[in-house]
Amino acid sequence: MAEADLRTTDRAILETRKLTKVFGGLTAVNNFDSQVREGEICSLIGPNGAGKTTVFNVVTGIYKPENGSVVFNGKDITGQKPHQIVSGGIARTFQNIRLFPNMTCLENIMAGQHCRGSAGMWGSIFRTSRQKKEERHIREVAEARIHQVGLWESRDELAKNIAYGSQRMLEIARALATEPGLLALDEPSSGLNPSETEELMVFLKSLVKENFSIFLIEHDMNVVMGISDWVIVMDEGARIAEGRPETVYNNPKVIEAYLGYDDDQQVNGES
Amino acid sequence: MEDTRISKLNSFFSPQQGTLFAVLGIFVIYPFAANNYYIDVAFFFGIYALLGLSLNIVLGEVGLFDLGHAGFYAIGAYTTAILNTKFGVPILVLLPVSAIAAALFAYLVCSPIIHLRGDYLCIVTIGMGEIVRLSLINNPFDLTGGPNGVFGIDFPSLGSFFVIDSSIEYYFFIWIVVGFSILALIRLQNSRIGRAWNCIREDEVAANANGINVRHYKLLAFVLGAAMAGIAGNIYASKLMCVSPESFSFMESCLMFCIVLIGGMGSIPGVIIGAAVISLFPEIFRPFAMYRMLIFGTVMILMMMFRPGGAWPRRRGGADIKSVLNTWRKNG
Amino acid sequence: MEIVLEQIINGLTIGSFYALIALGYSMVYGILKLINFAHGDFFTLGSYVGYTILVFGSAFLTSHCGLWGGMIVAMVIAAICLALVGITVERLAYRPIYPAGRLPAVVSALGASIFLQNAIMVIWGPRYQAYPASLIPNIHIQMGALHITLLQIVILVFSFLLMGILYYIIQRTLFGSAIRASALDRDTASLMGINFNKVIFFIFTLGPALGAITGVMVGMYYRQISFTMGWNYGLKAFTATILGGIGNLPGAMFGGLILGLLEMFGGAYISAAWKDVFVFLILILVLIFRPNGLFGEKLAEKV
Repeated sequence: MAEADLRTTDRAILETRKLTKVFGGLTAVNNFDSQVREGEICSLIGPNGAGKTTVFNVVTGIYKPENGSVVFNGKDITGQKPHQIVSGGIARTFQNIRLFPNMTCLENIMAGQHCRGSAGMWGSIFRTSRQKKEERHIREVAEARIHQVGLWESRDELAKNIAYGSQRMLEIARALATEPGLLALDEPSSGLNPSETEELMVFLKSLVKENFSIFLIEHDMNVVMGISDWVIVMDEGARIAEGRPETVYNNPKVIEAYLGYDDDQQVNGES
Repeated sequence: MEDTRISKLNSFFSPQQGTLFAVLGIFVIYPFAANNYYIDVAFFFGIYALLGLSLNIVLGEVGLFDLGHAGFYAIGAYTTAILNTKFGVPILVLLPVSAIAAALFAYLVCSPIIHLRGDYLCIVTIGMGEIVRLSLINNPFDLTGGPNGVFGIDFPSLGSFFVIDSSIEYYFFIWIVVGFSILALIRLQNSRIGRAWNCIREDEVAANANGINVRHYKLLAFVLGAAMAGIAGNIYASKLMCVSPESFSFMESCLMFCIVLIGGMGSIPGVIIGAAVISLFPEIFRPFAMYRMLIFGTVMILMMMFRPGGAWPRRRGGADIKSVLNTWRKNG
Repeated sequence: MEIVLEQIINGLTIGSFYALIALGYSMVYGILKLINFAHGDFFTLGSYVGYTILVFGSAFLTSHCGLWGGMIVAMVIAAICLALVGITVERLAYRPIYPAGRLPAVVSALGASIFLQNAIMVIWGPRYQAYPASLIPNIHIQMGALHITLLQIVILVFSFLLMGILYYIIQRTLFGSAIRASALDRDTASLMGINFNKVIFFIFTLGPALGAITGVMVGMYYRQISFTMGWNYGLKAFTATILGGIGNLPGAMFGGLILGLLEMFGGAYISAAWKDVFVFLILILVLIFRPNGLFGEKLAEKV
């Protein structure tokens, strides 16, 4: 905790306090404390089965925690429904891409704008001027995002028909279209080739400049070391270390968690 | 009527509006060229089109397996029949009333079960449909007339000068309703509501994680679908002048299910084609009498073998003709 | 007391019909995630085949096999015929459609059901057919106020025997574990060297065969069969499948028995006319509070 003052800002955008999630007899997340500060890229790393994705699922409301709380922008959001949490400002992507396969790329991103709209059934049937205006706005936002991730050319392709790397980017664009304060990305680089990964890193960096904060689960150590402002290490459901990337990289506890007790080896990315 | 459909299929290369007017023209001219029997056939085609469109919201747009849709249809028809014969409420007044009754019923029944997934929801809707049908047979409070049903339902009328009582007037009545429904549904498809429905169909978890209130939109689909089925029930009841439980059997729900799947999930032109197949097929194969349902079953299987996406799958994205043809080829 | 006992026996008899049909649904659903709508019609067809054998073979059967023997012969032949029909339907109507996904397969199953139902109507005519009373063992058992027939007892014992055998095959044999493995994860099962086609062959011969045997028993029990009865029995059996937890075979058996008892007691103590409504209400309530059926395991979706 001595390093805390090294972080970009004091203001936490997301906090988990003593978060605990149990599945049957297995405690997947155990008294997990963490903070994501505003405007930073905070990586959550740890060996397989450490409970990283479970943390994401609790934060985004897919699971309800047994104990502890999730605080977003100073507000307790524990136990809210996923769609409420999205409206509140946390957007996420999934480890195994979950797009809407039979909808076009543009429609996928427009779906992200859903929570910012308000037109109802009657408004949509009678095409009120408010609904038209809103629809135009949704389209503009979606078009801007699809340009941003370089998929403008494929806007009318079905999401299932575009390349894997593009699908990853599309999923991030969809999350961005919800106008979140915090982006929770679950292994965005998995399945990408080195050059795509490189582009992803540049892209994520650019998002921080746009005032997004990013909470990142990542296995590729090059990405973690390359772009993180802060790294939290999890093992067996608990936080075992945190700090600046280079400090964590050399932390013996972390090396132990990844590789067992053989501390001669270096931590390698498992991409 | 089948000519209408074929002309619609062959008209890819003419401008869209031209096609639309051609189709509308045929619809308007048809009843003046056909005898009453064939006008009635076209009327029932319209009823099935409306039912197909209503189920398409639930099954096609949201992907919820609803095999009890005849229940909503029955609620609409019986609301009309009972209120008209017992209390003399005019049919046209009962049109919205039937819609609201069916919608309310859907809301109450579906609220507790809407969280069920896939096949579980399917079996509950089957159960719901059967409960409705069996209740009608059992004649609760002496309202539904038991297995014989309710007789003596009025014609739709406004005063004495505007009365819908001939085949041709019913034909226009139902197809105008279908027309407006199609217009409303196309607008819904291209709105945030239609997209939310499709997102839920594609991936419920992802939809929820993108800010879509899954429960709300599923219920909305059921309520709207039921309301449309209720309207179909109202028109059906006044056309036949009587209703009986056997018109709302599980088989009827299955036929609606087939309309949507034969046409293509979530595709409005597809639903019209599906309704045409279901309602016109028995007529075309009338000479084969006993064998026609046999042929019908075979056609359903062959259809799924060669066009599993339906006859006219929904086209998405850019509006150019090439993409339509491509989807046709891909699915063919 | 005797009346209650009699109702329990009657309920279990109907329940065992539902259970045997439900097994066919459950096996197919477990492996292919397909609601096999044609299964109810396999049952009807079996009943008609048994009827034909009893009617046309009556002279031969009564002289060579006796009443009970005739019953067994009818069941065996019906089972063999329906196993053939089942596998044919699978080859022609389902197999070509699997790659297209689940919904087209459902429509195809509905198509197969309509086809079979109308084929039965074309062959045997649209009217009710009656099982010949002279060929059905008709021995009554009277114990105080308890009144049942020997046929009923035989049906019960036989049904439980069949269910027991199936349970043994599925739960205790190597082939059974192959079936269960395929139900859990088809791809992995194939990688483990399980011949998926064999599994499909098994479920599409055994399921219809069980349905056919049930059909013959229903014909003997009620004496009257019609070409549309498959819808009703199929619907009830499918309800039983869900009640027990879809794809769970012991669950389907219990689901069927519970449904039979519910129907009997609902009919006796609530209202005969409303008994089916009662059954479906129970089904809906069960699903509201236990969305995976009475015996289904809770599966959290992996996110």
